[in-house]
Amino acid sequence: MAENLEVKVLDQVVVRFSGDSGDGMQLAGNIFSTVSATVGNGISTFPDYPADIRAPQGSLTGVSGFQVHIGAGKVYTPGDKCDVLVAMNAAALKTQYRYAKPGATIIIDTDSFGPKDLEKAQFATEDYLGEMGIDADRVVACPMTQMVKDCLADSGMDNKAMLKCRNMFALGLVCWLFDRDLNLVANFLREKFAKKPAIAEANIKVIQAGWDYGHNTHSSAINVYRVETKEKTPGRYMDITGNKATAYGFIAAAEKAGLKLYLGSYPITPATDVLHELSKHKSCGVITVQCEDEISGCASALGASFAGALGVTSTSGPGICLKSEAMNLAVIMELPLVVLDVQRGGPATGLPTKSEQTDLLQALFGRNGESPMPVMAATSPTDCFDAAYQACKIALEHMTPVVLLTDAFVANGSGAFKLPDITKLDAINPPYVPEELKGKWTPYMRAENGTRYWAVPGREGFAHILGGLEKDSNTGAISTNPENHDLMTRLRQQKIDNIQVPDLEVGGDAEDADLLIVGFGSTYGHLHSAMDELRQKGYKVAQTHFKYLNPLPKNTAAVLTKYKKVVVAEQNMGQLAGYLRMKVDGFVPYQFNQVKGQPFVVEELVNAFEEILKK
Amino acid sequence: MSYTAQDFKKGQPRWCPGCGDHFFLASLHKAMAEIGVAPENVAVISGIGCSSRLPHYMATYGMNTIHGRAAAIATGAKVANPDLTVWQVSGDGDGLAIGGNHFIHANRRNIDLNMILLNNRIYGLTKGQYSPTSPRGFVSKSSPYGTVEDPFRPAELCFGARGHFFARCVATDAKGTVEVLKAAYEHKGASVTEVLQNCVIFNDHCHDVVYNNEGRKKNAIYVKHGEKLVFGENNEFGLVQQGFGLKVVEIGKDGYTIDDVLVHDAHCEDNTLQLKLAMMTPEDGFPIALGVIRDVEAPTYDEAVHAQLAEVSAQKKYHNFTELLETNDIWEVR
Ligand SMILES: Cc1ncc(C[n+]2csc(CCOP(=O)(O)OP(=O)(O)O)c2C)c(N)n1
Ligand code: SF4
Repeated sequence: MAENLEVKVLDQVVVRFSGDSGDGMQLAGNIFSTVSATVGNGISTFPDYPADIRAPQGSLTGVSGFQVHIGAGKVYTPGDKCDVLVAMNAAALKTQYRYAKPGATIIIDTDSFGPKDLEKAQFATEDYLGEMGIDADRVVACPMTQMVKDCLADSGMDNKAMLKCRNMFALGLVCWLFDRDLNLVANFLREKFAKKPAIAEANIKVIQAGWDYGHNTHSSAINVYRVETKEKTPGRYMDITGNKATAYGFIAAAEKAGLKLYLGSYPITPATDVLHELSKHKSCGVITVQCEDEISGCASALGASFAGALGVTSTSGPGICLKSEAMNLAVIMELPLVVLDVQRGGPATGLPTKSEQTDLLQALFGRNGESPMPVMAATSPTDCFDAAYQACKIALEHMTPVVLLTDAFVANGSGAFKLPDITKLDAINPPYVPEELKGKWTPYMRAENGTRYWAVPGREGFAHILGGLEKDSNTGAISTNPENHDLMTRLRQQKIDNIQVPDLEVGGDAEDADLLIVGFGSTYGHLHSAMDELRQKGYKVAQTHFKYLNPLPKNTAAVLTKYKKVVVAEQNMGQLAGYLRMKVDGFVPYQFNQVKGQPFVVEELVNAFEEILKK
Repeated sequence: MSYTAQDFKKGQPRWCPGCGDHFFLASLHKAMAEIGVAPENVAVISGIGCSSRLPHYMATYGMNTIHGRAAAIATGAKVANPDLTVWQVSGDGDGLAIGGNHFIHANRRNIDLNMILLNNRIYGLTKGQYSPTSPRGFVSKSSPYGTVEDPFRPAELCFGARGHFFARCVATDAKGTVEVLKAAYEHKGASVTEVLQNCVIFNDHCHDVVYNNEGRKKNAIYVKHGEKLVFGENNEFGLVQQGFGLKVVEIGKDGYTIDDVLVHDAHCEDNTLQLKLAMMTPEDGFPIALGVIRDVEAPTYDEAVHAQLAEVSAQKKYHNFTELLETNDIWEVR
């Protein structure tokens, strides 16, 4: 390293890789985050890909971004704005610069800023930096395309294949900027492309070229940064997205329960990756059926549960609407079923690739009749594993459908996942009907906690019929008796109310906060960061967060009514706030509601909460 | 172990007196006993409608579910638990209107389901609206001036969805019904059995031409694989091929002899003539075909799913969650 080079040590840094959809920004970002995690940094990533998948190359609507946040300690969000923006073409610079902090370092490929590119990106002049108000001193501008071609000239690769390595040049530059050990990167690539060593070596060569370029030409002008590692939790880790973690949670739960996993699903963004992931793992006994529609996905999963498997169905908003009727059937038949809703934006098809928390009330109440159903929401990409696992446990042990809410933000985002030990995961014990009840058993007879027993077809002496029509609580025969219906309604409600969920935990100034921040699901990290910042500013602030939404934790009322001020912050128009008001007498919170299809911005949260604190 | 019809009976059916569903149920009990699968290994799955009440009267495992979704639910049950013998029961509204999508896809996938379609050409449970099998111009509560749409013909839909088994019976004809039910069970893959069933309340006489013995003698032809396609009280008529179609002839007249009469081939892959048979109606001067019209072996979805599980399992090195984790890029933080 050159002597005149100054290495600045940072607590955390955010890098945003952006380019055309096909530019491989996600791979570059993933490698960077994984390599950082390898040395013990905290990581959080977020892909922001275009809704228009087939947008023309170089156009404004075709830009995709991948943001990586690395920290010396734990990081809770992918970060509001970036310290370094990689823009592989003019359109990327145009659309992504708004995610850059003032003073951020900008890395661009000048070969993609020709007159045609500038025109496509709707720049008026050739002075694109001037038009954006970017100080040229902050820009690492290099002819990446040409340099990649030169670097790979004698590799025997064709033009197209060479251009695919452009992302690695950018990655090399970023690695230089952050003083990352290229050996780690090289090892990673050699493993990833174990079957295609030539590709691995070409990529490594380009990364080295990017690193060298930064080192040789910019080392005097731009600082190199290092994010040191503060606290480490020892263990073995992998990088995991929320959707993959969800799929893994299902696989682990089925195995723990000793059941086959059956997924019935119909493709829909952003839930499809769960179908993709599970479809790969047939060697673990996972059955996936790509159904003709969501109705069938849900109905067939329910049929699978009836037949003795763990039935799971995955979808996103519009698909949930279609599944409602079959979910209700699962409620009245009292069979296990897990319904995954990876929430996306807007009513109808709305914003397919964007994230919202707008299905909460639908999950809780969006069905005909009194239809209580446990609802959970995962709080981070890695938490999707635990949430999925617990959702299965509740479904199987309480004979009920369960809705698991994630959203595009946690589903596509990733984090470092500490490999779980399956022997240490909670046991899952479905209430199979005991053999000694043979002859006495009726289908709606209940165990002590109010749960119906499960008699799986094939067991002699327990043949029975379930159905969507109301049943007599004693005999299990169809019944329209008013008292019986009232009783069955209460029994179904009681069964859900009896489910034990962990108490709410309060973080921050739990004893004497002037403001309690409340949220649910995927906003955990942003709200946590906002609390941290407010506390650093000297305020007394606490945070609590809902992962279990039905039934609510037992201490909900106690926690919510303990503080002077409470703000419920959510990415919808106030669904959680309204629900809590319904459940907790006299609870009137402040509300922070934002429905932009984008993750919260911590800075905006801090400002909004500060205003509430000052009131 | 051998069973009697009694072993499959449960409860007191609540259909209207005279409803065709009663007759069919009795035949199903009998067929189940003759098939001899233990009641605990049978699941009967229905949607909603009068006919979909049927599982309540079976001493097997069963589900009376939601309108139109029986085929989808049965699909999950069979694929998850291929050891079960799964019967799926629907009315014409349940199976072909709201459940049309599931019906065609279950056929296309060829899941080993025994699908029963109780066709009374009306919505019974909701008290008398026209159904997707009601004829054009049909007057009902929801079509007081007659319908202005054409009906589905179940066979055509099944064949169009690349179905491999189609049979037809009349609810009141116990012998014919038991026979096709047994054949449906024997068939590996999706089977569709259309049951002509009379709704005495809302669409009485809808199948009169074949509903009693007399009618069947005149207007029905019992088809049987490998046998001549002859019919009539004394088998005096036969079906011959003419051009691209079929033609009814009187044997010994106009120069036609028994040698000209077609032999039924239910196993023929090419479904052209089977479809022609299935589509015959008295209105067009043909008898109604009863019996197993198409019965062709083909790979079943449920078997294929499990064969693929086994095959992939043999290839891959990981077989449980712990091994699966190890397939990822892992790093260690010390
Ligand atoms: C989603 C839904 N839509 C409508 C109904 C009302 N419904 C119940 S049964 C039925 C028609 C039944 O007709 P069919 O399937 O022909 O059976 P049948 O009663 O004639 O045996 C209808 C429309 C329902 N239960 N659920
Ligand atoms: S209404 Fe018709 S179909 Fe329904 S039970 Fe009565 S006769 Fe049978």
